[in-house]
Amino acid sequence: MSELYNKLLEDVRFQEGLKACINCGTCTAICAAASFYNYDPRIIVDTVQSRDEAEIETLLKSDTIWYCGECMSCKTRCPRGNTPGLIIMALRALSQELGYFVESEKGRQQLAVKRTVGQWILDFGYCLYLEGVGTDLHPEQGPVWDWRQKFWKEHFERLGANYKGDGPGILRKIPEEALQEIRKIFDLTGATARFNKIEEYSKKKAEELDLEFGDGLDNEYFKHIYSHNNKTHTRG
Amino acid sequence: MKAEGKKAIWKEYQKEIADNRYFYVRSCVRQNFFPGSETAFLKIMREELSKNVYEHPCHTTCTGIGYHADIIPVDTTMTVVARQFALMTEAGYENLVPSCITSFGIYTEVLDTWHHFPDVEAKVREYLKKATGREFKIPKNLAHASDIFYKFRKDIAQKSKYKLIDKETGKPLKVVDHIGCHYAKMFPDKGIGGAEYPCVLTGMIEEWGGEVIDYPERRHCCGFGFRQYLVQANRGYSVACSHKKFESMEPYKPDLILTNCPGCPMFLDKWQYAIAELEGKTYGKDGYGIPVFTYEELAGLVLGYNPWDLGLQVHQVSCEPVLDKIGIEYDPKKKYADKNGNVPGIPEKPEVLKVYT
Repeated sequence: MSELYNKLLEDVRFQEGLKACINCGTCTAICAAASFYNYDPRIIVDTVQSRDEAEIETLLKSDTIWYCGECMSCKTRCPRGNTPGLIIMALRALSQELGYFVESEKGRQQLAVKRTVGQWILDFGYCLYLEGVGTDLHPEQGPVWDWRQKFWKEHFERLGANYKGDGPGILRKIPEEALQEIRKIFDLTGATARFNKIEEYSKKKAEELDLEFGDGLDNEYFKHIYSHNNKTHTRG
Repeated sequence: MKAEGKKAIWKEYQKEIADNRYFYVRSCVRQNFFPGSETAFLKIMREELSKNVYEHPCHTTCTGIGYHADIIPVDTTMTVVARQFALMTEAGYENLVPSCITSFGIYTEVLDTWHHFPDVEAKVREYLKKATGREFKIPKNLAHASDIFYKFRKDIAQKSKYKLIDKETGKPLKVVDHIGCHYAKMFPDKGIGGAEYPCVLTGMIEEWGGEVIDYPERRHCCGFGFRQYLVQANRGYSVACSHKKFESMEPYKPDLILTNCPGCPMFLDKWQYAIAELEGKTYGKDGYGIPVFTYEELAGLVLGYNPWDLGLQVHQVSCEPVLDKIGIEYDPKKKYADKNGNVPGIPEKPEVLKVYT
């Protein structure tokens, strides 16, 4: 029995997501990621259910497990009740647990997500808190976004928000005691530990790649993982 | 498939939706990108439909974007969800209404997991008690905010000032719906109409006078893909998904796209701009884009609300072609005004995509 497979089995999503795959490929046919990346969820599920230790380790260190967009279209279609998307979530959790995520270009991006979305949750209580996040990081947001950034407070007031205010409302200031509760939950349930692992393994990888590593978003390693694409990931 | 067959299938996928006394939890994406939509939802619920909707100031994100970008462990997400349930229990409410589709999917997934693994629920209860001292009851009813408008779509139609009808020709507007993936793809029996024929939006469209347009890539993802959009290097995935949809819907010449997920309208709006600037391709009439609406915005429009109170000015694709076609009155000079009526500035025009300013 593969030790890695046993580790995967500890994740309730893996138990829910993998029954017995018949390799029909329906998940691949419907998969949004497979229509863009060199990606085939059927092969991933088959690799995992083979319980081959070396193959699973290779998967955990690969770009492959990071291509899924978790739209969960596979859940609807599988004729045997498997959910490749849930298997992917268990693989990604284990890849981070073991530090394997830094061995792939796409895996290394977890630091970027942790330092943006993760930090916004801890600081503000929202997954997104976008004042000051401009079209330098998000050029697709267009000139309307530039206008919104410039007149953020004015148009939020216009649209009935309670921006940074007390009490209920849109983008209200979430009370410090509520944020403290969220942070305690993070400490107790593994999120803080995962954040620390992402930082720790990323720092080691930055040293290995000889890239400057610092806090926040303004350092060589962050900029590299956020924007680098070796152009080998997509179909044709 | 014949229409009767479709109706027979989706009739299997009806869900119970509470009639009143809702505990509303906000959406991180909608608050940032479409604040006017949440304002409109509460105004319509309270002032038009006379419903009791409560919002607790201490509720937070459900962690959904972090969870599906895999930085947040499943135990953490379940415990944060349990905290939201506790706030609802303490406030004396039983009917949970999330604004966000990712949240709706997460609440559904958590409840389903606890149903199959009672030991996991027990573990989460311990986590919550230890971290916060709180306890909770499982919600009696869980419905997405769009489910609520679906339920009351006839009441909204009765109060409507406008219909989704071309004022010149008298013909219905052609509308494509885009349902957020996590509304019914994961748990089809939790969405109205299931995953195949979800009618949560088509019910509104038809009731308010429009015609629903089917097209091949109707159920394809908008392309959020969580980490696929959040990280710049991956955004090709995101725009490719939206592009696939635009190319597929274009021959049907839709007047507008209607959405129920907070993220989808942002992507379907902004990627039209990006595709126009990168490729020179536009999908609306005469160099404009196809306007994209939230269901709250569309409800507000048919009720006769000021389009700029609904926040249509924060869209990159101009919504005016739809307003003009229906005959909705608006003041173009007030589009970018602040709450006092002053206009502190207006957005620059894109190079390719035509816009109204």
